[in-house]
Amino acid sequence: MTMEAVFMTEIQAAVEKAILLHGESRSELIPILNDVNHALGYLPAAALEEISFRLKSPRSALFSVASFYHMLSTKPRGEHVIQFCESAPCHVVGGREVWQTLREQVGLEDGETSADGKWSLITTSCLGLCGVGPVIVIDEDAYGNVKPDQIADILAKYTD
Amino acid sequence: MKYFRSHVLVCVDPECLEKGAHQVMDSLNDELVATGLIGEIQVLETSRIGGCASGPEFMVYPEGVHYVGLTPDDIPFLVDEHFLKGRIATKFQAPVKKIVDEELSAPTAKEVRIVLRNCGIIDPENIEDYIAQDGYMALAKVLGEMSSDDVLTEMKLSGLRGRGGAGFPTHLKWQFTRDSKSDLRYVICNADEGDPGAFMNRRVLESDPHSVIEGMAIAAYTIGARYGYVYCRAEYPIAVRTLNLAINQAKAMGLLGENIMGTDFSFDLEVRMGAGAFVCGEETALMNSIEGKRGEPRPRPPFPAVKGLWDKPTNINNVETYANVPQIILKGAEWFSSFGTEKSKGTKTFALAGDINHTGLIEVPFGISLREIIYDVGKGIKEDKAFKAVQTGGPMGGCLPAKDLDLSVDYEALIAAGSMMGSGGMVVMDEGTCMVDIARFFMDFIQDESCGKCTPCRVGTKRILEILDRICDGKGMEGDIELLEELCTQVKSNSLCGLGQGAPNPVESTLRHFRSEYEAHIFDKKCPAKVCKSLIRYEIQEIACTGCTVCARNCPVDAISGERRSPHFIDPDVCIRCGICVQVCNFNAIEVI
Repeated sequence: MTMEAVFMTEIQAAVEKAILLHGESRSELIPILNDVNHALGYLPAAALEEISFRLKSPRSALFSVASFYHMLSTKPRGEHVIQFCESAPCHVVGGREVWQTLREQVGLEDGETSADGKWSLITTSCLGLCGVGPVIVIDEDAYGNVKPDQIADILAKYTD
Repeated sequence: MKYFRSHVLVCVDPECLEKGAHQVMDSLNDELVATGLIGEIQVLETSRIGGCASGPEFMVYPEGVHYVGLTPDDIPFLVDEHFLKGRIATKFQAPVKKIVDEELSAPTAKEVRIVLRNCGIIDPENIEDYIAQDGYMALAKVLGEMSSDDVLTEMKLSGLRGRGGAGFPTHLKWQFTRDSKSDLRYVICNADEGDPGAFMNRRVLESDPHSVIEGMAIAAYTIGARYGYVYCRAEYPIAVRTLNLAINQAKAMGLLGENIMGTDFSFDLEVRMGAGAFVCGEETALMNSIEGKRGEPRPRPPFPAVKGLWDKPTNINNVETYANVPQIILKGAEWFSSFGTEKSKGTKTFALAGDINHTGLIEVPFGISLREIIYDVGKGIKEDKAFKAVQTGGPMGGCLPAKDLDLSVDYEALIAAGSMMGSGGMVVMDEGTCMVDIARFFMDFIQDESCGKCTPCRVGTKRILEILDRICDGKGMEGDIELLEELCTQVKSNSLCGLGQGAPNPVESTLRHFRSEYEAHIFDKKCPAKVCKSLIRYEIQEIACTGCTVCARNCPVDAISGERRSPHFIDPDVCIRCGICVQVCNFNAIEVI
């Protein structure tokens, strides 16, 4: 099988699984998109097309939903997604310096993915961890009370 | 019944058993027989007392002493010491574990816990723990002896108002929904707690999910709803998991589903997850999102009570509102309304964050002053710095200055002061905070989160942000303040939903209380708090400088020059204001001007 064909199988499997779990209904669109996004890392055009076919809902409507929510991405994301909380409580306790250091160390700006596909850097709204700000989340691990000089050590944990 | 003066609870979890819990127990029984105490002291098996890692272990009641690391050989000594001589055998006593809970510490004298009463006390993953704290008793009372009208009357007398921020009387919302003609009605819990700095709802959902489920079931019974949804933000994965677990447990016990507690009342509940959109906290946007659409607000009227989810009458309340309901039903409206002020009854949870010593969750009665919250409950400002402002009401709230510290915290007083209750975030700022920078910061957030549906909000917030950006950048112009004021008025009066209508609040409130800071930025090109980088300059004080060269060696852009052992100099045109020189200087010779 070619790479594309492998990818198509993967997409179909992810869509199938999500629809099986949530049901073939338009009102279940967001849970379905969330699951597929989680399984594939983003929502490829082919996945939206497949979902559109299954839910009998136009692709434009799906794209409008997929592009509306921050947690859904229509572009490929890196292997590890770094989320930086840009909310006020984190900002006033030193978030600005952490953000500066973070951008320098991964060499990315907000919303970018590195050329080698290892990192994506995005900002997020409040994660509700304000008691321990500044907060960054890498994949599913949350780090609180982050100081700029700890960032190198945190990032090193994701170097295979 | 046989009476024992003391009970020994021996842990027989697998790990303790492997380490010899049964041998310890046998030895204990033998020794109690030998000393003739067996009639006075009962030995029982138990589980999960928390020290398996250093087991075998047991607890002795009524003293509540926890012994760990025991072997059968230690028992004679222990029985002799503890049960005969009445002394605690400290060498086997488990070290007292200090529970570090950064969000929720023991309540201070000024706090009253109604919503948070079970948080940190019960196991949220075990419905029996909740039931042991009178859980689902309120639902039983409602189903067994109260009519829909009875509940509404009780809610009305209690004076409960929406805790999501707007403060609309809860009983009215319920009544409107109930009285709307329809074959189907819904109840929704708004758990899309998106305000930066607010995490009260997350904590309630994670630590006491059943109180919300019970409150929703009571609401559903009152208005005649068959189905309900909890809309929770995807940023709270643990809350979603705990809630799903709680719903399944309630279903298994017949407290949700068909014919609850053997009555005609049936109610099913489902959790819906958001996907990261702040505006979905707005009730009509939230309903669009549940329907699987873009989370854009709908024009009101029609209000959700008339035409809500899938165009059916819908009652939508916040997490904290529902969590209050079971307590009101159980303890009565009179008890509840004994807390608070004339128009704001009960308590409110707040999340304290920012430059305050005790960050975390608190619950206080309405009518308490901001000063009491910040200095008594929050233990004052970090490093004893001066208080500058407190931001209440989330990004659409306002900043209140020191002169408002004695303000009574209730819905009306906060609005009169130019802020609002909001969902309960409180960000405390010290003297080192630039208020223009803070206003810009909130506007950046709102501009980013504006859904784009209506022009005043989409374009207006962008323009406000541009003006604030240039003021912070040292390019403010005469007339900027007036332009800001005009834009704020327009955005406020013409936007479709609460997000746009509240968007100008941070700017308006800082303009109102800290106008001189704006003027300093625009006319003097100075940032009084020394935060805005374009408006500050680093300067080496000749008298203090020893010429050690540390600053010059650490400067990333080589902006510092000077001979060894003679005063150095910073070139302001090259300097990028990174502040490294200040951090490395051992003589405090570098000042920010």
